[in-house]
Parts: sequence; C-alpha cells; structure tokens
Amino acid sequence: MEKTRNEKAWFLVLPVLVLVAFSAVIPLMTVVNYSVQDTFGNNVFFWAGLEWFKETLASERILNALGRQAFFTAVILAIEVPLGILVALSMPKRGVWASVCLVLMALPLLIPWNVVGTIWQIFGRVDIGLLGHTLAAMGIEYNYTQNALDAWVTIIVMDVWHWTSLVALLAYAGLQSIPEAYYQAAKIDQASRWKVFRYIELPKMSGVLTIAILLRFMDSFKIYTEPFVVTGGGPGNSTTLLSIDLVKMALGQFDLGPAAAFSIIYFLIILLVSWVFFTVMTNLDKKEGK
Amino acid sequence: MAWMAWTWPTAIFFAVIALLLVIFSVLAIRYPETPRVGVLRIETTRGDRLFIALLGSAFINLAWLGLGAAPQWGALIVCLVYAAAVFRFV
Repeated sequence: MEKTRNEKAWFLVLPVLVLVAFSAVIPLMTVVNYSVQDTFGNNVFFWAGLEWFKETLASERILNALGRQAFFTAVILAIEVPLGILVALSMPKRGVWASVCLVLMALPLLIPWNVVGTIWQIFGRVDIGLLGHTLAAMGIEYNYTQNALDAWVTIIVMDVWHWTSLVALLAYAGLQSIPEAYYQAAKIDQASRWKVFRYIELPKMSGVLTIAILLRFMDSFKIYTEPFVVTGGGPGNSTTLLSIDLVKMALGQFDLGPAAAFSIIYFLIILLVSWVFFTVMTNLDKKEGK
Repeated sequence: MAWMAWTWPTAIFFAVIALLLVIFSVLAIRYPETPRVGVLRIETTRGDRLFIALLGSAFINLAWLGLGAAPQWGALIVCLVYAAAVFRFV
C-alpha cells in the first residue's frame, strides 16, 4: 500500500514544539547566556567570556565529582542490568502469579525520589532504623553519616532497590515477546539452559535492554534527590555527585556563571552518551527488521 | 527578554544554529535524500551529520580550551575541518 504524504501534517507537531521551546530550549539558551557572564544579582551582568568554562575544566572539585558520578553510574548499571535480567527470567510467564509479580515489581517505581531517600535515611540509622540497628546488633560497624564506604554502599543499594525493577520489567516484556516455537526448537536441539539464554533470550531482549541501559544511564547520571536526602553529599564530599555539586554551586554559593558553564558541560556529556545509545538502539532495530 | 541576559556573541551563536536548522530543513524538503552508511557504519542523513558535526565541535572547543595553549579561534578552524570530514565520510 502506498504511504500518504502530507507535509502539512508537520503543523500538528507545532504545539509540542512550542511547549518544548518554553520549558527546555529557552531556559537552556538562558543558561548559555549566563555561562559567559558574571552576575551579583539584580539582573546586572558583566562579560566574562570563556573564563567559567576554563575554570570548570581545570577545577579539581568538579573533576572529582565527575569521577564519582561516572563510578556511581558504572556500578549501578553493572548491578542493575544483570540482576534485572535474572529477576525477569525467574518471574512466572503467565497466570495469577505473573500479575502479582508485575505489581510487586512496579511498586518501588511508584515511590517518589525524596520518599525513597527518606525511607533509606531512616532505615540505615543505627539508633532507630531497622537496617542500622540490625547490623549494629550483629556487631557490624555501620554508619553512613561518618564512613564514606558505608555511605556509598547505602546509596548504591538504595538505587538498586529503587530501579532494578525497571530493568526487570523491560527485560520481562522482551522475554514475553519470544514465540514459544523458539523454545520448542531449542528443546528439540537439546540446547542447554545457557545456550537458550545466549542465543534466543538475550538477542531478543537486546532492544529493550538498550532502552533500559539508556534510561538508567541518564537517570543515574543526573541523580540528585535520593543521595542528597540520605547523605547530603557527605561525609565530607565523598558522595557529592555532579548534580549535588552543581546545586551547591548555583544555589548555595550563587555562582551562576560557573554553574551555567558546569551545566553545559554536564549536558553535553549526557547528550553524547545518549546519542551513542540511541544510535546503537536504532541500528539494532534496523538489523532486526532486515 | 532582559531576564535571558542576552549578549551579542551568544545571540550570534544561536542565530547561526537556527539558520543551519532552517537551511537543513529546507534542503530536506526540497531535495529529499536516502540515508547512507559511512565510516561509522551507521545510517545517516544530512541532519544526522549536522548533529554529529555540532556535538563534536562542542567537544573540540572544550578540549581546546582545556589544553589552553592556542587562541580559541584555532578551535573553530579545527571544527570546520572536522565538520567537512563528517559531511564527506560519515
């Protein structure tokens, strides 16, 4: 069947364009304008050129925050993706238990970020929290407010608790789309469980897994609320991730120029990685379509 | 518009980007093309190549600034060469 071509249909996109311009493009342009100027408030600006970019690129504080951020994202991806796949593989494929599992898996995703932070902040406290209290009773020294390693373990476990179900649900959707005939063919060939996973399930899940990795990368790379509520970036600066540092700079110190330059570099990194993922994803789709 | 803290250099920067988008949109409508596969082994249209050229240019400028030896307009020359290479080979 021949496709209908109507270029006027592009006008239907206009409302979205206006909305995006209002909520994203114009604010982003303002950030670019701020990044080349200095201000002390009252809407008075002084030209600073590329000074803030130079300062940001040479700042040890920001590079350290970037390192911590990259480490955080790498660790949670390394845990959440395999764990999510494992959970999806263990879930029942049909029947009432499948629905129960789906609802249970969706629950953590429905909890707002600040509530998740508060839950874990209290949960981990040695005096009143169940986790902190239990660990103390077992003789394990654990204090996320004073020990950097404990703080890191807490925010990583918290993120895994909050977001593994997203990966699991996406992987589950990928698994459900595999026709039964594939498994029957594998059975006839006496394929091992590993081979069924490697040659049937994993390739069929690759599309949704790329989406899962992309979503988790973007979200974890700009994570703010949860670690801020639990550790406030501490102890010291040990869990100060990029967005926490950015907010400190922009709102705490009111250094709007440097914070704007910092935001643009931050934005460019996310844009680059997201574009790479998006390209890989669309190319996978095209290969599958062939 | 005063709240947006406009400066002439940033206004020119955005005007150039807007102009590029308009030119490429007009080109896409007037001369439709089929995507091609270049050195990156991915299908790209003119618009994709513009995006790759602009994003890469941003990083070239940042790297130039970070290394800090030569004046910044040197990065612009590198970006133009890079953009030409992207449009030719990607």
